[in-house]
Amino acid sequence: MKGASLAYARANDVSHALELWRRAGPDARLLAGGQSLLAGINLRLNEIPGLIDISRIGELRGVADLGDRLRIGALTRHADLQADPLVAAHAPAFAQAAPLIAHAAIRTRGTIGGSLAYADPAAELPACVLALDAEIVLRAEAGERRVAAENFFLGLFETALRPFEMIVAVEVPKIGPNRRHAVLELARRSGDYAMAGLVLAADVAGGRLHDVRLSYFSMGPAPVLARGAMAALDSDEGVEAACAALGTDLDPVADLQGGPEMKRHLAGVLLHRAVAGLLGHSPVSGGNHGRG
Amino acid sequence: MSINLSALDRPNSYIGRTVPRPNAPRLAEGRGTYVDDITLPRMVHVAFYRSPHAHARIGRIDAEAALAVPGVLRVFTGRDIAAVCSPWVAVLAHLKGLKSAPQHAIAVDRATWAGEPVAAVVAESRAAAEDGLAVLEVEFEPLPVVAEMETALDPETPLIHPELGDNLAFRRVHEAGDPDGAMASAAAVVEATFHTGRHTGVCLEPRSILAAYNRAENQLTVHHSTQAPHMIQTVLAKHLDMPEGNVRVICGDVGGSYGIKVHVYPDEMATAAIAKIMGRPVKFVADRIESFSSDIHARDHRIKGRLGVDAEGRIVALEIDDLTGIGPYSVYPRTSAIEGNQVVNLCGGPYDFANYRARTTVVLQNKTPTCQYRAVGHPIACAVTEGLVDLAAEAIGMDPVEFRRRNLVRDDAYPYTSAANMRFEGLSHHQSLAKLVEMMDYDALRAEQARLREAGIYRGIGIASFIELTNPSPFMYGIGGARISAQDGCTVRLDPDGSVVALSGVTEQGQGTEAMLAQVVAEGVGVPVERVRIITGDTQVTPYGGGTWASRGAGIGGEAALQAGLALRANILEVAGAMLQAAPETLDVIDGEVVEKATGRARMPLGELGRIVYFRGDTLPKGLPREMVATRHYITSDYPFAFTNGIQASLVEVDVETGMVRLLKHWCVEDCGRVINPLLVDEQIRGGIVQGLGGALYEHCVYSEDGQLLTANMADYLVPMAAEMPDMVVAHVETPTKESLLGAKGAGEAGTAGAPAAVMNAINDALRPFRARVTAMPFTPERILAALGRIPERRF
Ligand SMILES: Cc1cc2nc3c(=O)[nH]c(=O)nc-3n(C[C@H](O)[C@H](O)[C@H](O)COP(=O)(O)OP(=O)(O)OC[C@H]3O[C@@H](n4cnc5c(N)ncnc54)[C@H](O)[C@@H]3O)c2cc1C
Repeated sequence: MKGASLAYARANDVSHALELWRRAGPDARLLAGGQSLLAGINLRLNEIPGLIDISRIGELRGVADLGDRLRIGALTRHADLQADPLVAAHAPAFAQAAPLIAHAAIRTRGTIGGSLAYADPAAELPACVLALDAEIVLRAEAGERRVAAENFFLGLFETALRPFEMIVAVEVPKIGPNRRHAVLELARRSGDYAMAGLVLAADVAGGRLHDVRLSYFSMGPAPVLARGAMAALDSDEGVEAACAALGTDLDPVADLQGGPEMKRHLAGVLLHRAVAGLLGHSPVSGGNHGRG
Repeated sequence: MSINLSALDRPNSYIGRTVPRPNAPRLAEGRGTYVDDITLPRMVHVAFYRSPHAHARIGRIDAEAALAVPGVLRVFTGRDIAAVCSPWVAVLAHLKGLKSAPQHAIAVDRATWAGEPVAAVVAESRAAAEDGLAVLEVEFEPLPVVAEMETALDPETPLIHPELGDNLAFRRVHEAGDPDGAMASAAAVVEATFHTGRHTGVCLEPRSILAAYNRAENQLTVHHSTQAPHMIQTVLAKHLDMPEGNVRVICGDVGGSYGIKVHVYPDEMATAAIAKIMGRPVKFVADRIESFSSDIHARDHRIKGRLGVDAEGRIVALEIDDLTGIGPYSVYPRTSAIEGNQVVNLCGGPYDFANYRARTTVVLQNKTPTCQYRAVGHPIACAVTEGLVDLAAEAIGMDPVEFRRRNLVRDDAYPYTSAANMRFEGLSHHQSLAKLVEMMDYDALRAEQARLREAGIYRGIGIASFIELTNPSPFMYGIGGARISAQDGCTVRLDPDGSVVALSGVTEQGQGTEAMLAQVVAEGVGVPVERVRIITGDTQVTPYGGGTWASRGAGIGGEAALQAGLALRANILEVAGAMLQAAPETLDVIDGEVVEKATGRARMPLGELGRIVYFRGDTLPKGLPREMVATRHYITSDYPFAFTNGIQASLVEVDVETGMVRLLKHWCVEDCGRVINPLLVDEQIRGGIVQGLGGALYEHCVYSEDGQLLTANMADYLVPMAAEMPDMVVAHVETPTKESLLGAKGAGEAGTAGAPAAVMNAINDALRPFRARVTAMPFTPERILAALGRIPERRF
């Protein structure tokens, strides 16, 4: 299919983008990496009158060290996350998640801001910001505000973004010396959206986990924090108890890959593997595909 | 008779060698010419409004808003097209009882699957045509949907075509020997129900057609991405009511076809009809989304099978009950009964047994029509047979390799007629099995499997013997009344500079036909392969032929090319003899030179001979024949089909916690007779295996209960991708057919035929310690987990 014709303007900086957007109306869209948006346009899924191209705004790209936090600009590519030394040292979950997203061509264009704004429930980065307790930095013409990741994802493709408001950055606390991250997912082919996936963050000490944060993706209409399982792991009740808690934490919906029972089952398998990984019993991260 | 060509024993020999494909650099550099690359003056584009309903009465079509869209020129309904394009009914006389209803290029009154064309918008660009579609108003009255094939024949199920009386398109029952008696006396009888998932062939280049009509000459010229230009010429002429000679089909580069492009598609017929109505060139290039709902699907089968064995592990009887849903129409002109028919013909094919009963039931339903896709029926028959064979081996406690050794038709048993009445000229099951076992180091793999099981790693080894039907005679379609040529021809011409042009009726789809033809012609005439140009795919230029299907290009087209090349060589020698005052029998043509046969001494380059023949014919004796063009045709006649055989093995690892299957390695030993170009044959086998693996693990056209295709894009319809593909080891046994000089049979479908069965058996071998088994393709993690009892079963 061919997309319907639409208006296009390129923004020089953030305030220019917001001004263009206001003039184009609320149905116009910001264009970042285009990896989700352009597919939708070509399928004529929504009527979009115009695009405001933010992809060349330099101030939105890159990772900065803010002392106790990292600031990841909204236009930071998935491929940047994969390669950035600051990310690897202080927020390794992003570096672990990035190679699991799609294929190289998509990773060199797709951005973290686009991924969070799009809020695909099967996407890796929304689950990362949730497990890492990050803040999303938003800007509108009226000014800036910050929303905790836990309050940002509201439902299927739905976020706390208001009309004419954009993501400018993600700020994520740096890990302490004992803190470990694991990102695990299952997809039938490498590069596909996962059938099930998790992000686990915890301090590892005395052969057990503390201060556990556990989020799942592809498990419902939005990425979810598995609070029951987190509590069970925090209080050292064991992985089995945590898996049992997933029964209430998760309410997966069927998709083409499987029904809710399968998704729940896989969530438990992944949790076993991720915990074993953090405790040093097996490899920590990665996609499990049918790769030969 | 078969030519004695030990591959490397003479200069200027190409048959049996890996010769680079002449078209590869052009295609790799993006210099190909596909239909979409062609732009003609005054060309317009058509896009189709496709039924959103699986079954609906078509009400009012309001084109006013669409016609107001800038760039939109016209809107056509089914009735508009029916005025110039007659409907077709896809039946063949030899498929007794096959019935179907008249099908229109654009649906008239009723849409019968989600995706059927209901209207067409013609515009200055494809984008404008789609703008028109977006505002075209079509009223529908939804009708009851027949989606489920299991209940398609129930009395309470609505009829898709009431005039047919029921939803049964075709049924065939074949019986040989005394299956009931043999089953009753068997030491063990195993049975299982298999499902092969409905899937489709995903071509890199989608279906494409550019039709141009010249009123002044009443001439229709069609640029078409097709496997069978002459068949399309005939069909267009017939249904547009034109003399066949006034229709020219040109087929340039084709980006893959796999059987998808050997059928008559309503949207393509409508495009040609619109060209005739408007008198302007009209282009239609299917997009990916519409390809999924309008390209033919295949392999939607449920098969119940039973196999009886005696105490020594010999197969005594086989029973097959096949059910398949083909959509609302049998597909024109090859029909949609062939696949089920092939299942009956091919089940049990590699094995020596006499008692056989098989039934296929072909029903109509409101889904995308199904028809022939690469390896038609083979992967189904092979999976059922090999699945039952493994079950039987397990039932009597015999190693699956040993079981096959006892039951495969002996290599010295030919000619042999199978229980399904298929006649085999010469196959090599045992040689192939021996080679496979050695190549994969079977015993070592079994030992490793046992060792790893102790560590909780579940690997499985699966074996699948197969036969492949190639080089079809008119028994496939012609005897049923279809104007589809089983014969093919080649014209070879020597030009003055000593270069050679060969025109062939078989076609290039990206599989390397032209490379094969070039090397056969080069060897036949006696010229360097670089001096041969191949021309295919133009009905006004090449000899009449069948094109690409049923693995016939090398076996039929190659033999015609060899014979034409040899004939041209004889003609050249006759002239050379006169010029050199030597008896033609004492001369030969090697590497572009006329030489003395006995010594190899060069006597005259072909460029010199060409110069004299074409420009100084006055110096040659009057009356000397000087035909520097030779044409030969070839058709098989001793056997209806040239069967090939082979065997595949798959090694997999199943993660029993997640249900994920990793393909670790794949082996194939295959016997396509003479291997003309080893690299091309190996790549055919590999590509075929990949498509087979796709059907086994990934590809599935999933429908909702109301007949909506849920997997109509590349994110939801999973094609096999490189990262998941295993290493493949391919080897050959060569049993040339004695029917032709070349001795080549086909190799295009062998990989696809055996791969799904091998993987199924490997998965079930891995799952054996859990007494779990899967028989429904694709083998998804969910299905494997359900078989393992870890999650409940869910229907798809
Ligand atoms: C074949 C394929 C496979 C994929 N597989 C995966 C996968 O496995 N996992 C995964 O996570 N993703 C996957 N993706 C999606 C990919 O990661 C996208 O890059 C991402 O979802 C969107 O990022 P983008 O920069 O391309 O955003 P765009 O496509 O440009 O925009 C997406 C949406 O976000 C809005 N937007 C963009 N930037 C901002 C901003 N700064 N503020 C507010 N709104 C904004 C846009 O207006 C638009 O509505 C896949 C994509 C493809 C094509």
